Amino acid sequence: MQWETVIGLEVHTQLTTKSKIFSGASIEFGAEPNTQACAVDLALPGVLPVLNRGAVERAVKFGLAIGAKLNRVNLFARKNYFYPDLPKGYQISQFELPIVEGGALTIQVGEEQKTVRLTRAHLEEDAGKSLHEDFHGMTGIDLNRAGTPLLEIVSEPDMRSAKEAVAYAKALHNLVTWIGICDGNMQEGSFRVDANVSVRPVGQQEFGTRREIKNLNSFRFLEQAIDYEVRWQIEQIEDGHKIQQATVLFDPDTGETRMMRTKEEAHDYRYFPDPDLLPVQLDDELIERMRSELPELPQQKQSRYQRDFGLSAYDASTLTSTISTASFFETTTEALTAPDHKLAANWVMGELSGTLNKEGLDIADSPIKPKSLAALLGRIQDGTLSGKLAKEVFAAMWAGEGEADAIIEAKGLKQMSDAGEIEKIIAEVLAANPKSVEEFRAGKDKAFNALVGQVMKASKGKANPAQVNELLKQKLAG
Amino acid sequence: MSLSLEDIQRIARLARIRVSETEAAQTGEQLNGIFKLIEQMQAVDTGGVAPMAHAQEVYQRLREDAVTEPNRREAFQAIAPQTEAGLYLVPKVIE
Repeated sequence: MQWETVIGLEVHTQLTTKSKIFSGASIEFGAEPNTQACAVDLALPGVLPVLNRGAVERAVKFGLAIGAKLNRVNLFARKNYFYPDLPKGYQISQFELPIVEGGALTIQVGEEQKTVRLTRAHLEEDAGKSLHEDFHGMTGIDLNRAGTPLLEIVSEPDMRSAKEAVAYAKALHNLVTWIGICDGNMQEGSFRVDANVSVRPVGQQEFGTRREIKNLNSFRFLEQAIDYEVRWQIEQIEDGHKIQQATVLFDPDTGETRMMRTKEEAHDYRYFPDPDLLPVQLDDELIERMRSELPELPQQKQSRYQRDFGLSAYDASTLTSTISTASFFETTTEALTAPDHKLAANWVMGELSGTLNKEGLDIADSPIKPKSLAALLGRIQDGTLSGKLAKEVFAAMWAGEGEADAIIEAKGLKQMSDAGEIEKIIAEVLAANPKSVEEFRAGKDKAFNALVGQVMKASKGKANPAQVNELLKQKLAG
Repeated sequence: MSLSLEDIQRIARLARIRVSETEAAQTGEQLNGIFKLIEQMQAVDTGGVAPMAHAQEVYQRLREDAVTEPNRREAFQAIAPQTEAGLYLVPKVIE
């Protein structure tokens, strides 16, 4: 039987505020335990939550960026459960009337584009951390993280493969960092993904029973976990078992998912509106201010790159995969005297990205800045450098040997464009390779390429290849 | 609507309250009394009335995003039963 995978994601993004969502304690990462946990975060008697404007603003910004409906009046609710890192005995979250409803995100899977619908995005507070090791049989509780503002972003079950789920997670990660509402640091838990996964026979309308994989903190784990889970579910069904709704954990060491709790053991959260917090009203001033602060979005940039620069959908999507890549590309093309977007795109996606990847560097930390890259590309455009020589110069620039022109000068890498000089080399090569000449005249095109290769070699790669082609053709015809 | 003994035990478990069988029966009677009252209220026709989230028609005031709370760990931990290395210690819980 043919099976179809159905995936929906829930992503917890930590917002880039200075203080917590309901208290004035700092949310800075890495502080000494409990030094950023105030009376509100500890749930001492008599304290009251006061909502952080910065958290509301960031949620609104997100809603605008995905074309969602903003609930002009939205509510906070209590989600009740008992755990020591949640001192109040409930988490303040949103249930009915979340701040953001609907919206959509376009994702690029290989050459194809697809739209993933969003269900909702709601504000909530994070819990503290439990440390289970080394405390003579006790659990240690650090409440620094308690009360950190989160935006939980829930998608519709619109993804049909692990690849699509990863593409969506990456597009979402790109968007929240792009608009500056989340720092996107996955190691520090600023962007955490839960995946709801089910399978059904191809052609079947209703969904299969889903299992939820919790807390995936890397794109690689997300893909591995879904792939494993899908194989496991198909095997179970083909062996005649039924899938039970459950929450599972992914173990990166074994690459397997294992059961955490079943539906019967699922929490009954008993949501109800939080009497300590009044309904939140979004006024026009706040919404319009957020709209005016939004930068040009990835999707808008992609369309513009295709329409105005003539780039392919794939190139446009790669160049907008992070805001720093897009800004590097744009600054480079702007610095070119003769605009050539395709040339700039090829170098940013090719040589530059390749070298950055190899060195494990972010594009923002590239040792070669856009202006310097543009200067190098200018030397390709004016014929000073061949593509091959340009790569040599690029490597030298990367190694810190200076700007393109200085390196070209110092290494004598200037492309040979003097027809007389090239003709001299051609004459020598033809004299030394009578066999190739004969083969070419006998109709073997390959022989021509061999001769071009010889000329390039004799010029130490400095001859202008287009010119060599031209002159060689003339010589052989004559 | 009326609650069975099983319902009472389940609610008690969720609230982490231990109830004996006698208490459960008593509590059941009291809760069912409250439900009668709720039934009376539910008989009122509220069609066309928007659900109310708060008794007053006012909206939440927002706080500026600024760090205003200093580190008072020492004072807070002075009243904690057990602490170590800056952490609050609690009986081991593993889910």
